[in-house]
Amino acid sequence: MVMSRRQREIVRGAVPMLVVLAVLAGIAIFAPLIAPYNPSAQPDIVGLKNLPPSLAHPFGTDPYSRDVLSRVMYGAQVSLSVALLATIVTVFLGTVYGSIAGYAGGIVDTCMMRLVDAMMAVPRVLLVIIVVALWHTLPLWLLIVVIGVTGWFSLSRVVRGQVLAFRRRDFVVAAEALGARRTRILFRHILPNVVPMIIVDATLGIGQVIVLEAGLSYLGLGVQPPGASWGNIIQDGADQIGTLWWVSLFPGLLIATTAVACNVLGDALRDYFDPREVA
Amino acid sequence: MADLTPLLRVADLRTYFYDGDAVARAVDGVSFEIRRGETVGIVGESGSGKSVTALSLLRLIRPPGQIEPGSRIEFEGQDLLSLDADAIRAIRGQRIAMIFQEPMSALNPVLTVGDQVAEVVRVHTKLSRKEAWERAVEMLALTGIPAARERATQYPHQLSGGMRQRVMIAMALVMHPALVIADEPTTALDVTIQAQILELLHDLQEKLGMSILLITHDLGVVAEMAERVIVMYGGEVVEEASVGELFADARHPYTQGLMRAMPQLGAPHERLLTIPGVVPAPTAWPSGCRFRDRCEYAWDRCAQEHPPLYQIGTAHVSRCHLEDEPARRLTRTTPLAARTGQGTA
Repeated sequence: MVMSRRQREIVRGAVPMLVVLAVLAGIAIFAPLIAPYNPSAQPDIVGLKNLPPSLAHPFGTDPYSRDVLSRVMYGAQVSLSVALLATIVTVFLGTVYGSIAGYAGGIVDTCMMRLVDAMMAVPRVLLVIIVVALWHTLPLWLLIVVIGVTGWFSLSRVVRGQVLAFRRRDFVVAAEALGARRTRILFRHILPNVVPMIIVDATLGIGQVIVLEAGLSYLGLGVQPPGASWGNIIQDGADQIGTLWWVSLFPGLLIATTAVACNVLGDALRDYFDPREVA
Repeated sequence: MADLTPLLRVADLRTYFYDGDAVARAVDGVSFEIRRGETVGIVGESGSGKSVTALSLLRLIRPPGQIEPGSRIEFEGQDLLSLDADAIRAIRGQRIAMIFQEPMSALNPVLTVGDQVAEVVRVHTKLSRKEAWERAVEMLALTGIPAARERATQYPHQLSGGMRQRVMIAMALVMHPALVIADEPTTALDVTIQAQILELLHDLQEKLGMSILLITHDLGVVAEMAERVIVMYGGEVVEEASVGELFADARHPYTQGLMRAMPQLGAPHERLLTIPGVVPAPTAWPSGCRFRDRCEYAWDRCAQEHPPLYQIGTAHVSRCHLEDEPARRLTRTTPLAARTGQGTA
């Protein structure tokens, strides 16, 4: 693939974000190997609790004497995989729904999109909380499903718009003129062209999901203790934030870092694929 | 080389587009025939209905457009308008294929060109992926693409405009269709490449024996390729004749205007003549003759009476009242469109 100078510049700008995300993913994957302590162990709930950052505990310890660094590393596992898997659910649902609406057109399209409009009018957090509140203790997979299922509305609109636009393109008419059937046209001619937009939207979506999951876990509605996710680690230090700042600060920084990296990367991808600039 | 059974017979084809109360009568009662092995040109300006005619033949008109009841399209003895979706799909690409104007936009940017040709084979046959690929490579080679096997693995943006048009032709011809509709096949190309592509089409026609329906606004292309010419204006056929007869004895004032607007090689330097005005909107064709506002012969009869196709020779027709009142050829006036300054087309 030949890149324009503009595209090379975008790639240069995006590489640091990729590195950041790769490091975070590496930490998550290798947490069992590199974490200095067991994240759930409470070695000395009296003597080792609430220790400020030190060489032995770079991120300090929490009120239960657990090592915050180890918890943050294991928390990355949960937070990132929830974000990734929920985004996969989102991409799947949004792509299927959007393609059907965009390709069917007419009254089907109108009805499907009004439904999406209605769902988008309700804040996502509210939707998630309604569903989550129905369970006593929420299994992790269900959290993933719930976050995924409430997140595909905007993606479906993007996909629908793209499918609609590509449906009118010459090469789609040409494929039809040469006898291809509708499913083939959709899967072979239209969707591969929409993939870039889906990637962009998914990347931006991961950032949102990280924050959403953290928020839910902070509220006690997401990942259930003693499991560590960035959100509930913040919660561990939240009621003593004035004195125990380190418990909340480090996971908070990581949430912000991940979300920013995803958003910057998503923006870069969008610029990269922008056809108005590619020419 | 043309035998006499018509391959395609179009009768009273009307394709209308509906927008609220407005009806755009883009194709409005077109009839013509194409024989086996014959090349027929359809000539006309943008908006004359020639491309909609082509799309109608393959039933590729999408809502809000529709082919009106009463229209007839007969191909190889089948009534195309009564076929179900599967049957018409089997015709598309296999018996009737289409070459599009702009090869860059008519090729899918994310598929290799070999894949795109092979796909046509896979759509219409049960051949394996590999066999279809072999057919595609063969066809690409037949269209004169050098090193076809390597080229087949490339993407459209890696090929030149002429190569891309060859790929489009390979896609259209890989199933050896009986009829190829070529919609402005050379308009997007350089002049030298244009000539090559036309020659290629001609060669392939001799090898494969298909009929060609050539849609163009370029009378030069028609002169080179076609045996018969249909001139369209305002969604209607206004003149039809063999190429030789049309160039020797164009009857309809619109056809004459098109001829005068064609640059002549070797002619003394003169400003090219244009036809004043533009094609009227298909939602509001003028009463009577649709060309009258732009016509230098128009008189009151032209506004009142829609001219029929007057028979001139055995295979020459013209939709102009001048055939009925030839003396009128002596009285020319400034066309209404020129007087009201509607610009030139």
